[in-house]
Amino acid sequence: MMTILLLFFPLVASLAVLLGGSKLAAQLALGLAVVELAITGYAVSVFQSSGPEAFYVFHSWIESPKVSFHLGLDGLSLVMVMLTNFLIPIIILSAFKRDTPHASGYFSLILLMQFALVGVFMAMDGLLYYIFWELALIPIYFIALRWGGKDRVAITLKFFIYTLAGSLLMLFGFIMLYWYNPDHSFDIRELYRVYITDGNQSWLFWMFFLAFAIKIPIVPFHTWQADTYRESPTQGTMLLSGIMLKMGTYSLIRWLLPILPMGVNKWGPLAITLCVIGIVYASIIAIKQQNLKNLLAYSSLAHVGLIAGGIFALNIQGLQGSVVQMVAHGVNVVGLFFCADIIFNRTNTNETNELGGIRNLAPQFSTMFMVIVLGSVALPLTNGFIGEFLLLYGVYEYNTWLSVFAGLTIILGAVYMLRMYKKVMLGDAGIRVPEFPDLYWNEKLALGILVIVIIAMGVYPKPILDMAEPVLQTILHKTII
Amino acid sequence: MYTLIYTCGLGLLCLVAEILNLRKLLIPVILAGLAAIFFVNYMDWQMAGPVILGGIDMSHMLQVDHFAVAFNAILIGAAALLFTLSGNFYKDEPQHLSDYLAILIFILCGAMVLTSFTSLVMLFLGIEIVSISLYIMAGSRKFDIRSNEAGFKYFLMGSFASAILLFGIALIYGSAGSFELPKIAAYAAASGMANPMFLVGSLLMVVALLFKVAAVPFHFWSPDVYEGSPSLVTTMMATLVKISFFAAFYKLMSGGLLGIDGYTSDILVLVAAATMIIGNLVALTQDNFKRLLAYSGISHAGYMLLAILSIKTNSSSALFFYGASYMLATIGAFAVAIPVFNATGKETIDAFDGLGRKKPMLAGLLTMSMLSLAGIPPLAGFLGKYYIFSEAIKNGYVVLTVLAVLASIVGVYYYFKVILAMYTKHGDESDVRPTMLYTLVMLICVGLSLLLGVWPGGLMGII
Repeated sequence: MMTILLLFFPLVASLAVLLGGSKLAAQLALGLAVVELAITGYAVSVFQSSGPEAFYVFHSWIESPKVSFHLGLDGLSLVMVMLTNFLIPIIILSAFKRDTPHASGYFSLILLMQFALVGVFMAMDGLLYYIFWELALIPIYFIALRWGGKDRVAITLKFFIYTLAGSLLMLFGFIMLYWYNPDHSFDIRELYRVYITDGNQSWLFWMFFLAFAIKIPIVPFHTWQADTYRESPTQGTMLLSGIMLKMGTYSLIRWLLPILPMGVNKWGPLAITLCVIGIVYASIIAIKQQNLKNLLAYSSLAHVGLIAGGIFALNIQGLQGSVVQMVAHGVNVVGLFFCADIIFNRTNTNETNELGGIRNLAPQFSTMFMVIVLGSVALPLTNGFIGEFLLLYGVYEYNTWLSVFAGLTIILGAVYMLRMYKKVMLGDAGIRVPEFPDLYWNEKLALGILVIVIIAMGVYPKPILDMAEPVLQTILHKTII
Repeated sequence: MYTLIYTCGLGLLCLVAEILNLRKLLIPVILAGLAAIFFVNYMDWQMAGPVILGGIDMSHMLQVDHFAVAFNAILIGAAALLFTLSGNFYKDEPQHLSDYLAILIFILCGAMVLTSFTSLVMLFLGIEIVSISLYIMAGSRKFDIRSNEAGFKYFLMGSFASAILLFGIALIYGSAGSFELPKIAAYAAASGMANPMFLVGSLLMVVALLFKVAAVPFHFWSPDVYEGSPSLVTTMMATLVKISFFAAFYKLMSGGLLGIDGYTSDILVLVAAATMIIGNLVALTQDNFKRLLAYSGISHAGYMLLAILSIKTNSSSALFFYGASYMLATIGAFAVAIPVFNATGKETIDAFDGLGRKKPMLAGLLTMSMLSLAGIPPLAGFLGKYYIFSEAIKNGYVVLTVLAVLASIVGVYYYFKVILAMYTKHGDESDVRPTMLYTLVMLICVGLSLLLGVWPGGLMGII
């Protein structure tokens, strides 16, 4: 019952906001998202006391093909749902005082997105999962299309078709799995058990991997990413980078590893190599970027490359690290894009050359921005450190040389992030910075919460590690052959 | 069987109504009649068996099985939606209203024959009833030169195809010695592959049907005819008529020519691949909405040919579901498009410019229809594609299915052209005012698309 509530409350909220009119849309959306967060908090307490069995939902839904409405909330899903439902109120809060046109549609789409994301993370039936996966694409497409920048039409269409192409390959893969399964069903428990020959696993691996690699994105399937991040409205970028790409990394762990272990073992080395190439490549490009949003997009590309790499290292450190880093990266990247939005809001530019000297004008903002930057460059005692340390340890266990190159992410990350901070915040006032009002209350609240979480997670990450560990152990057990 | 007779009666009633001067009541009467016919059709579901009329067994002509009843039901439903649109559509020529409506009902009669024939004679009669009515309707805007062109072109090409069909029937009759599907099926299984005359006859019939469903390379008539015909007739051709031809195609292949499956499937694989590729690629370059939907219809014909290829595993359910979802999405799209065409005076895609700002609800509904056509969940079009692809994979057409998946990615691009026009461009100030009935049809179509998308059990697997 609680699972159903957790899933459908955002859908109801989305309709309520749509019908509620534009005047108070932001406030209404925020209120409803906080209610959803409260439900999540209650779910966590139930999870701690009685385990994942309390969240099991199973109804038969479609007779032919056999699709069931099967939801579950184990540790891994719960971490992702927590991340989603924690970030959505922050994202809505970040849009306060920004005069969004057609606000009711905008916030309604954000909540619809939340519905789809929660669905992806809780679905335990292949086709149900696929439907939520596709559903998530529609709100974000319209958010970027209607509220995006000036080149949005071509760029968002490329994004849509590119990711849809990957998804359709995954659908094809699911249909094949359905027929390989002697009981003909999409249920995850049966898909975990089904035997698929070596050769079939090999090409099925690519069907799924391409879909996830485009979404994450892993180099060389990343070409949609930087443009889309830049042209989307800030909240769209936050949704994309903070939560939506975690759909891809989550799905690697949940669907790819345990269902196609032989395919993963065969092609995993190639995949992890791609990830590491992507880390180095994205970091180098990030150093050259002059536009703040582009720089953040490429830094995000480098970070998620490491997350995916840690998953394909196929050891518990790598998987643990990937889960922690998914949360940490989600929190940090939303914070970073929010800071970029605050700067753009006051100066109308994101070009680092035109900025500078903001620290003297806005001390509160610069402090919070600094903490988020430090979290992003993985300073010890921030959330980024735990994740990156575990990920690099996992990759090191897998292959020393790969870990050396992957380790560059920390050094290069520090280079471009701190250089960016210096250019934007320190020094003499830039040509576009005649004045810079410090944080408004909503910005202070949102950034303050993020900063607290960054430090809290960095000091005490154990709850997240403990929550996900049993699931990760089971999945790892199925994957290693 | 009574379904067909009552439908004919309803058509005749329309013609009589002209004399009795009942034009105003015509549409409500037709809709009530269709509701009654739907009920009669529903009663047939329970009584599947030999068709006996006046003490004579008609089973060698028509067979009312679950396949026929199910297809009849969705065809009647589609017809009801189309008639709801028609009152307003013909309001500027009331003197012809009853003629046109009668002809549209006769098209429904022909379509019902096509779903339930067991004899090649009935197949031919059904196709001709539908086609001749359509020739008239395509040219029904007498003073519009494009409508004239559409009617004439359709007539020339259509009669050519009918001749090919008849030639094929003659050759099959010559070799199998019967018009009846069961006897032909027995002959095809026993010695069909060994008799070149039978093979040539089957090939000619397949070609004629491919022409009727507008599959590549027999598709050239369709964009011109769709563009020139009055929009409502285009809607009917794209939905009711196309699906009834597919039902006939399926019935012919599964009930008669299954024995030479290995021979026809080679050809159909090539045709399906070409139809999906060319239909989707050429659609990319269209800027007229009706031509766009014509090419979209061609590419959907390609997907439905996958169901025809999968007859060995009884893919009729997949075809049925696909047909229903495709009809809902297309009728829903035209229900928005016709008022827009009327308001702007254009039939191009830029007629939709700025609709997202002017009429958010209309734009939202058209977006849903387009997404359903593109096969995006949770709309019915997605599950329709899913079922068809799944059947094709089950029958071993893996490469063809991959091709279909790739083709449908291309398809997304041109459906989004319409969506982009609505939301990203600024249009003129023309005021789009759909009547209440049009709004009703849009809501029904989109609502049912959503309903079928999340609860396909209502239609899937009933055959």
